[in-house]
Amino acid sequence: MSAQQQRQQVLVLWLASSALDSKVLGWAFHDGTGGEGPQPDGDPPATTGVDALRQGWRLLQMSPLLPAAAGQERQSSFLKHEFLFERLVEVSGS
Amino acid sequence: MANGSRLPLLTTDQMASFVARGFLRLEAVVPSDINAHAMEELPGLFRAWLDELRGAASGKGTGEDDGAPLPRSGTMLNEAYAPDSAFGRMVRVPEVAGAIASLVGPDPVVDHHFVHLKGPGDLTTQGLHCDAIIDAGPAFDIQLFWFPHDVAPGAGGTRYVPGSHLRQINMDDIARYQHLVGDEHHAGPAGTVVIFHQGLWHAGAANHSDTLRVLGKLRLNPTVRQRRLWDVSDLEARNRADDHIWARTEPTSVAAALRGSEGWYEPSVHRLETVQRALLWRYLTGDDAFDVDWYLTRTERRAALDAADAAVTR
Repeated sequence: MSAQQQRQQVLVLWLASSALDSKVLGWAFHDGTGGEGPQPDGDPPATTGVDALRQGWRLLQMSPLLPAAAGQERQSSFLKHEFLFERLVEVSGS
Repeated sequence: MANGSRLPLLTTDQMASFVARGFLRLEAVVPSDINAHAMEELPGLFRAWLDELRGAASGKGTGEDDGAPLPRSGTMLNEAYAPDSAFGRMVRVPEVAGAIASLVGPDPVVDHHFVHLKGPGDLTTQGLHCDAIIDAGPAFDIQLFWFPHDVAPGAGGTRYVPGSHLRQINMDDIARYQHLVGDEHHAGPAGTVVIFHQGLWHAGAANHSDTLRVLGKLRLNPTVRQRRLWDVSDLEARNRADDHIWARTEPTSVAAALRGSEGWYEPSVHRLETVQRALLWRYLTGDDAFDVDWYLTRTERRAALDAADAAVTR
């Protein structure tokens, strides 16, 4: 009989603003269960950050709000509002 | 490559779309015989590059100008490829030549070309990236993505992100963006050439089909200031600086095209994108008063007042 073990799944959401209830603009999923756990449903798999919470995702981190660097006030770069979620999934040990 | 008036130059609408979205799609412009030629020749060019690389790695090299099909970086485009070669024929297709002349002028040089082959059933995906490094503008290179065969949806057509070209990032620092709202995966008929601004984010995509996907990519550097190189006959009437979404605006203005958003834009960053596009349009037109939605004008006027005040109090 194999023991149950926990594995982490990670969901990254990029939102329209710094508010957790703003809409999803992009997403990424990384699966520590190797496909054994539940998979994201839909594109995007959550409509807002709060929607992800309601699905059981736990918020780990959100982007800090940083002022623009001097001379870069009008420059765009990476997506600004990144929210990192996880959920722990029971998998069968081997 | 002559920048003659006989070439079908891009329109102001096409240029404005390129500035706003970072790409231009020329659908099925390359004739079928040239595409067939490419399907024979391009895989060999990929092998030639491998040979070049292996020769360099072994210290043997491949010799000086020995007829190798790889042009040296900096070669004028009209000298880089034999007129009867696949790349040589493609860049001489009038619609392609006209687009090149409109974007990077009459005598661009070849930066490099590359042939990307994606085998049937190859489901690996490349991380999102832009080519080269952080290439600050406003002058820009272009990259031609030539698909010489039909590409069905899901058959390995390049993924790219409209409107990403002016964001300053370095290579694959953006690889974590697996899905962005509105990103595209190329699909289309044989002979389609998609021209990218140098900064456009893109990635090789999975090929779910049972056929090889062939892509010929060519990067070109301008050798002239890229000012009013397209068909500007309708520019002046549409180029006003006071087109402002919160005041008065004309649907046919250049500004209307440049303020378009993308599905993955944060609203706050969309405004910065608008400013970056306006600055690029100033570079392309030489009109340093051009603006979209008054963002540049108001800040520049205040800066001038501050400078004048500082001069008085000094």
